[in-house]
Amino acid sequence: MTTDPRFDGPGPDQTWRDALAAGRLEIQHCTACDAAQFPPSLVCRTCGAPAPSMVAASGKGIVYSTTTVRRRDGAHNVSVIELAEGPRIMSRVTDLSGVVRIGAEVTAKAEMGDSGPVLVFVPEGSE
Amino acid sequence: MSDPMRGSTAIVGTGITNRWDAPGRTAFDQLQEAAILALEDAGLTTKDVDGLFCALSVSGLPVLNVAEKLGLELRHADGTMAGGSSFIFHMRSAMAALNAGLCDVALICYGSNQRSAGGKLAAMPDPQPYEAPYGALYPISSYALAAARHMHEHGTTREQLAEIAVAARQWAKLNPAAMMRDELTRDDVLGSRMVSDPLTKADCCLVTDGGGALVMVRADRAKDHAAPVPLLGVGTAVSHRQIASMPDFTTTAAVQSGAEAYRMAGLGPADIDHVMVYDAFTICTLMFLEDLGFCAKGEGGAFCASGAIAPGGSLPVNTNGGGLSCNHPGMYGIFTVIEAAEQLRGRCGARQVPGAEVALAHANGGVLSSQATAILGTPATL
Repeated sequence: MTTDPRFDGPGPDQTWRDALAAGRLEIQHCTACDAAQFPPSLVCRTCGAPAPSMVAASGKGIVYSTTTVRRRDGAHNVSVIELAEGPRIMSRVTDLSGVVRIGAEVTAKAEMGDSGPVLVFVPEGSE
Repeated sequence: MSDPMRGSTAIVGTGITNRWDAPGRTAFDQLQEAAILALEDAGLTTKDVDGLFCALSVSGLPVLNVAEKLGLELRHADGTMAGGSSFIFHMRSAMAALNAGLCDVALICYGSNQRSAGGKLAAMPDPQPYEAPYGALYPISSYALAAARHMHEHGTTREQLAEIAVAARQWAKLNPAAMMRDELTRDDVLGSRMVSDPLTKADCCLVTDGGGALVMVRADRAKDHAAPVPLLGVGTAVSHRQIASMPDFTTTAAVQSGAEAYRMAGLGPADIDHVMVYDAFTICTLMFLEDLGFCAKGEGGAFCASGAIAPGGSLPVNTNGGGLSCNHPGMYGIFTVIEAAEQLRGRCGARQVPGAEVALAHANGGVLSSQATAILGTPATL
């Protein structure tokens, strides 16, 4: 044995993508200090323990900040969502009313994009 | 007891090409010209350089390319790449290397041709898979997200941000080398095209060509040069790479880099006569002034809109016109240091801050990701 089994299997980015492709939002949980983290990594950024585990996220969050990107071919939303578990994630809020507010409650959803599944968020209650 | 690093090194030469729109020149041409100017300013030549510190957005091997082009015989080199703040990271590294005897003459240099090469911020290979699907404009959307959060938490307004662009322009009008010197009003900024809410085109820095360079030596050798500018303190910090991972969108790691620079210098915000902060976007000026202690958190908007940072105000900020109105060749940080040094040398003409003894230069890299702060003084401050 020349490799460390704690790091066997696909890396955390691949594992995260595979989960999303199956329609699941995963984040990491550190069994040593109970911290939640995203994006995934080989180490817990809170306590330094190696190999935090991948766990299912609740998918619930609130809009931490938001911007409208205005291109010549149209405008679209970019938001940073603070997940109920704590970590933040960049995403898009697909809000039917057109106004995305900081503090709004949102829920994760996997949407099919041009090059695979994309994580987006929809307003609470509209999924 | 004062920190032994305080004043242990000095800037003895600065070089700036002032060629902000210069087709036919490569990034390395701009860098080389600035390096030659800085060495001449120090009374030295390329043959005296034995320590090289550089970063470029067009090359992953800057040290090798620059050493070859300038014909340097190096004992020490550092190509740390932390974005636009790299050059203050280099200053801290050069301070350590000079004091350790790893080199005697440190050349810190940068060049870019991003304007004439296409007019966009030069993209470095640094994929961000968790951001890429969402079509955020890099880097403006990241700064827009920080600005939107600052507005939400502190009531900061677009009008206050606009006043920052106007103040920069007022300074630029006093600088014959500034690229943008025509009239700019608050309404011009507010009426400018919205790019990524709440930031308009006029909230954004320029896209220019340009080159800048610094020469640093130990204090014992600084006496042999015409106009040494002692480095009193320098601090660096890194908080994240992508904006979603920034710990608090309204507070940057300038809090940490500033605290280290102030500690080393034995000084505080009240001791600073002249301030340069990297204004990639209007929100940057506001947040860095808060985080470096020139006003309280949340009061940056009112402070900047009060006229305090404009010519005639209580705190001269970005006196060259900044990245907003003077120049912005991609990684602007080195120009904050050059202007600070030139102010302390009394060479700034109509925009000279009278009697400036201590100056602070602060630079940012990535998307509020890396922060670096240098405090410079006149020889009398030692």
